[in-house]
Amino acid sequence: MNLTDLPNGTHAVVRHVDDQYAADAIAQRLRDLGFVAGEPVRVVARAPWGGDPILIQVGSTRFALRRAEASRVVIEEPEHAHV
Amino acid sequence: MSEATLRIALVGNPNCGKTALFNQLTGARQKVANYAGVTVERKEGRFTAPSGRAIRLLDLPGAYSFESTSPDERITRDVLLGHYPGEAVPDMIVCVADATNLRLHLRFVLEVKRLGRPMVLALNMMDAARHRGIRIDVAELERQLGMPVVQTVAVRRGGARALVDLVDKGIPSLTPQPAAMDESADLHAEVRALLRATVTMPHASDKVVDAIDRWTLHPVIGPIILAAVMFLVFQAVYSLGKPMTDAIGDGFDSLSAIVGAGLPAGPLRGLICDGVLSGVGTVLGFLPEILVLFLFILLLEESGYLPRAAFLLDRLMVSVGLTGRSFIPLLSSFACAIPGIIGTRSITDPRDRWATILVAPLMTCSARLPVYALLIGAFIPTTKVWGLFNLQGLTLFALYMLGIVGAMVVGWVAKRLGRDQREHALLMELPAYRLPNARDVALGLWERGAIFLRRLTGVILALTVVMWFIATFPSPPVGATGPAIDYSFAGMLGRALQHVFEPLGFNWQITLSLIPAFAARETAVATLATVYAVGNNADVGTLGQVLTGHFSLASALSLMVWFAFAPQCMSTLAVIRRETGSWRKVVLSFSYMFIVAYVLAFATYHLAGALL
Repeated sequence: MNLTDLPNGTHAVVRHVDDQYAADAIAQRLRDLGFVAGEPVRVVARAPWGGDPILIQVGSTRFALRRAEASRVVIEEPEHAHV
Repeated sequence: MSEATLRIALVGNPNCGKTALFNQLTGARQKVANYAGVTVERKEGRFTAPSGRAIRLLDLPGAYSFESTSPDERITRDVLLGHYPGEAVPDMIVCVADATNLRLHLRFVLEVKRLGRPMVLALNMMDAARHRGIRIDVAELERQLGMPVVQTVAVRRGGARALVDLVDKGIPSLTPQPAAMDESADLHAEVRALLRATVTMPHASDKVVDAIDRWTLHPVIGPIILAAVMFLVFQAVYSLGKPMTDAIGDGFDSLSAIVGAGLPAGPLRGLICDGVLSGVGTVLGFLPEILVLFLFILLLEESGYLPRAAFLLDRLMVSVGLTGRSFIPLLSSFACAIPGIIGTRSITDPRDRWATILVAPLMTCSARLPVYALLIGAFIPTTKVWGLFNLQGLTLFALYMLGIVGAMVVGWVAKRLGRDQREHALLMELPAYRLPNARDVALGLWERGAIFLRRLTGVILALTVVMWFIATFPSPPVGATGPAIDYSFAGMLGRALQHVFEPLGFNWQITLSLIPAFAARETAVATLATVYAVGNNADVGTLGQVLTGHFSLASALSLMVWFAFAPQCMSTLAVIRRETGSWRKVVLSFSYMFIVAYVLAFATYHLAGALL
């Protein structure tokens, strides 16, 4: 499952960020911003008009990610996550 | 070493307070606000440390990593690597990190550390960190990082003392080793280990921020709050600014009467009363509206609300070929398109950036406010609508909306014409809320007021004098029967161009006023004031009253629509040239606005003429 599947307010843990194509700059930037294995994340809010973008908290920082960006972030199932 | 000037660069993640520190250290007044990407240029300042050591300080745009993606981040990387033209590698790096956000910010610190350059770490916003119960073992952090660490509160007077003392000692002996051998090591793992060893944090997020965001980012209530905020701003501009404008206008009328009575009739009295006092005085009257507008923009910028608005509007903006990131540059274009266009550097994607530059001049800049305010005051009645809103305020709001809707249409068309279908990322950080700092807001207002007065006493005054001159000379021939102004250069020029603008309902005086407006919009008002003051020997009340006697409501509406879309001023065109490096884009941007303005003003004039 990836970040877009996570309901608002739920905590989860990042497994990895998927490269959607070779040298995926967006995936690289997500990793630079802290979306790396083992990092706890939470969906804070979803924008109106189809829930795009979504607001994600990682560490103590909040990032607005479009669905296409958030879908690269693969997460552990919340019930297995210990946050 | 102590003889030479020490060159220091401030770097760090976006919105960690580098510029606030820069201002604190150098006494500069660079713009600070609460969102990522305020500083998009390299700024330079100097100060002398207590020991007498001269320091040259560089303020660089914030960066998340050296794998840079936006034009502003590239500047930072190039300066640090010594690739920036004309800029040597700094002697020392001050890396600034937000103490409430170390999980993210320390990663960049480690990335900079890999350069192996002399550096120190400034833990900024220590007050906020303490307030949230975050405890940092500074000595241990210093030991583990292998570089000096100081604590700062950049927004508080004296809050950078520790940093000054540190840099005053010169280049620290503790210089991190170039860590080329562990290039592949995971910086994030290193950050986590550092945090475990040195930082205790009761909560990952600020409870107050969470509570406010529950409302402001709510899918239904959030947009309602946003609309209410924007509407309130434009209502306030009118209802708070107007009474002060009237007072200033009355003041200049009496001044003009007093001066006029004391001077002998002749060119000098004409120049002072009709030219300077009535032209420049009329423009000065709109300073209160401009200051009210800036007050709200500054409050919004400082609060941290703007990136929230960008979040709420992203989807809508994408659908018209823009991005949520366009929101902040576009909002600052309400002040002036020039900082707005420069601010687009924080937009990563070149296509999104160009689209934002293209529509930024459609946002009603504050120079257009005097034109709108004059015409609305003269032609729109002060009727109450729904017992709550003033029709004049609503008209102003409608004109602002006209620019916004126009921008959406233009963006949409540009997106359709463009063939670029690549993916464009948002990845935008939302900062914590912050109470606006009264001193910063006051300074910001003072700066804007000063800029306005400099324009007024510079370009606007000069143009007004020129306009007075061509409206007065040459004098009519002996035996002429028509009004004297008809024989002047202004009369000839206005009439010559009038053929172009007559279909829009503009008389020759309006047509004439459009020429200096190309240099500075406000001058349109000054020119109308001067031309009518020269033309009417018997002065009949305020400019507004004069205008109602000389042209129709349809012409006034048409002129307002013209100004909503009119081709931007010369300085804006120059900035577009500089930021895009392309004359083709300047021509494109000028001509589309001319065509749109012409067609819509034409339609407005004829529609209004038929309906009203």
